[in-house]
Amino acid sequence: MYTMGIDVGSASSKVVILEDGKRIVAAEVVQVGTGSSGPQRALEMAYKTSGLTREDMAAVVATGYGRFAFEDADKQISEISCHAKGIFYLVPTARTIIDIGGQDAKAIRLDSKGGVKQFFMNDKCAAGTGRFLDVMARVLETTVDKLAECDEKAEEAVPISSTCTVFAESEVISQLSKGVDRNSIIKGVHQSVASKACGLAFRGGLEDDVVMTGGVARNAGVVRAVARELKRNVIVAPQPQTTGALGAALFAYEEAKKMKKEGLE
Amino acid sequence: MSVTTEGMKAKELLAYYQAKADQDARDAKARGDLVCWSASVAPPEFCVTMGIAMVYPETHAAGIGAKKGALDMLEVADRKGYSIDCCSYGRVNMGYMELLKEQAITGKTPEVLANSPAAKVPLPDLVITCNNICNTLLKWYENLAVELDIPCIVIDVPFNHTMPIPEYAKSYIADQFRNAISQLEVICGRPFDYKKFQEVREQTQRSVYQWNRIAKMSHYKPSPLNCFDLFNYMALIVACRSLDYAEITFKKFADELEENLKAGVYAFKGAEKTRVTWEGIAVWPYLGHTFKSLKALGTIMTGSAYPGLWDLSYDAHDESLHSMAEAYTRIYINTCLENKVNVLLNIVNNGQCDGIVYHLNRSCKLMSFLNVETAEIIKEKTGLPYVQFDGDQTDPRNFAPAQFDTRVQALAEMMEANMAE
Ligand SMILES: Nc1ncnc2c1ncn2[C@@H]1O[C@H](COP(=O)(O)OP(=O)(O)OP(=O)(O)O)[C@@H](O)[C@H]1O
Ligand code: SF4
Ligand SMILES: [Mg+2]
Repeated sequence: MYTMGIDVGSASSKVVILEDGKRIVAAEVVQVGTGSSGPQRALEMAYKTSGLTREDMAAVVATGYGRFAFEDADKQISEISCHAKGIFYLVPTARTIIDIGGQDAKAIRLDSKGGVKQFFMNDKCAAGTGRFLDVMARVLETTVDKLAECDEKAEEAVPISSTCTVFAESEVISQLSKGVDRNSIIKGVHQSVASKACGLAFRGGLEDDVVMTGGVARNAGVVRAVARELKRNVIVAPQPQTTGALGAALFAYEEAKKMKKEGLE
Repeated sequence: MSVTTEGMKAKELLAYYQAKADQDARDAKARGDLVCWSASVAPPEFCVTMGIAMVYPETHAAGIGAKKGALDMLEVADRKGYSIDCCSYGRVNMGYMELLKEQAITGKTPEVLANSPAAKVPLPDLVITCNNICNTLLKWYENLAVELDIPCIVIDVPFNHTMPIPEYAKSYIADQFRNAISQLEVICGRPFDYKKFQEVREQTQRSVYQWNRIAKMSHYKPSPLNCFDLFNYMALIVACRSLDYAEITFKKFADELEENLKAGVYAFKGAEKTRVTWEGIAVWPYLGHTFKSLKALGTIMTGSAYPGLWDLSYDAHDESLHSMAEAYTRIYINTCLENKVNVLLNIVNNGQCDGIVYHLNRSCKLMSFLNVETAEIIKEKTGLPYVQFDGDQTDPRNFAPAQFDTRVQALAEMMEANMAE
């Protein structure tokens, strides 16, 4: 039996197809999110990789900001539950999840059965999110995928004190014009994102293992900064950008089994 | 108005008396009688005794917000220099006042005002405020008084850092009341009518009694009452509690709810799956959205702090006024964290709630700042899941529907997971 999870985020679209709730047969990411061609393209890629079609899917669950805009789903589930589900499946020892996406940063606390105990999300502000990094990468004349490399070469982290993305942008520009080392600024930017996300994690009470997920977990510079800030080891989820979609596919599997049982009765 | 209220349903009575209260104020103005603008939990008993017509800017602003007219008013206040960090009720009202003032001075109705869905209320001849729910209301009303060059009556109610309320606080507040009475005697140019005062206090108690009857109805499972309704009905407990308008309407509503309970008619069409307490003011410009989002999740609101906020029960025959003072100071947002937690716990328990939604309201600092701590303590005591969302009661720019939806959906999933256990 095949099931599908689609995570239509604010920054990217992710699709995971699962076989029997176990084997991942496709996990695709398109770097544009809700309101764009992203969801459709991610779907097509997943069908192509797996050689399957919509008819092969026993159930489809949508999550992420665009979950209600995606019409072809059997059910919509919040990304908090989906990330928790996906991460717990991949890392059963996970008790604290830090998910940093395009517009949201969240900390989720899990119980020993993988249930959501509590979660905290950033307020209505881009600080400490992927969007913040996207903006900074642009002024620093690089791309998000190269930030980690620069961070590694930095001698120090130049503190970025503004929380506001616009103010932080001008702070970075003024540091650059003062001739401050670019890599050190980047390390400072990562520090700033990490401290915001860790603030959320501390609120929920930390418990090991701490697992990072979301697109920003692909940035090793932020991961290192989070580990420094939390003073503990941080695990990066395998394929961190697709854990929400994986969780959705797992929920779809449960849904499909339920539908089958009801159908048989 | 020669309409008969006989046979009207509670909902119709609500609309009728709300409109009538505004009409009363306009009529008073036309006759040359006094109109007073009042803070929502300031005691109306003194002004009503003196036959002064009352207008409630917070309720008025809420109505403007709900009818999607807030932005126009906010922009007027923005231009006057009010920071967007100030309470949006205050800013909407300042905007409205500016437009009324312009109209009075120029004799022309400003276009924004003409096009506004705002209920028409007249400019005040005096204002009365009370800091028993926040201190914003002091500066806001002072500004009104200065801008319009009218008297401002302030009832100063100290914050209760410890409970129970000390005797000296009650006696201080009772003195504030007496001071307000002498101010009114000067403003009205005639002595205070103590006999009428007695009647007004008794009327207020009858209104509060009926209001409290409604509150009890959300205890039942399934519930005949969705507390979202209280967001609407509260208009009368605020604006007309010293008149029979409130008593008549609430009695009808409570009777209807009791009949519904007996007949097995519940607020949630289809089965209620989960029950929440909503802590904080409504998001007026998105009232429908927030209601529908919760409804789509099978979630009903059976806990709300509103009933308790206006549970102004006191001994109407206590001439020392200590009992009345006590009622006006024990408002839960005017008390220490410990008491606030206890009040909210009672609400959660009475509503048999499965979770709590906290509105972190950009406008209302006192309520919101305490809520972060309140939430942690209540979670510890009850183990119930909760969510907090960012919003604002009347500034639509400070609320994001999608963010609200994600949070409440996650809450519903957590509540359902708990129930499945
Ligand atoms: N290869 C990469 N290296 C580093 N960072 C990346 C990479 N790809 C994406 N990102 C970061 O991930 C962010 C997007 O994360 P993600 O895909 O989890 O967002 P989303 O789920 O769409 O957003 P949200 O959950 O907030 O709605 C981008 O803003 C970018 O900063
Ligand atoms: S700050 Fe809060 S309590 Fe004060 S007037 Fe505004 S909404 Fe009401
Ligand atoms: Mg996401």
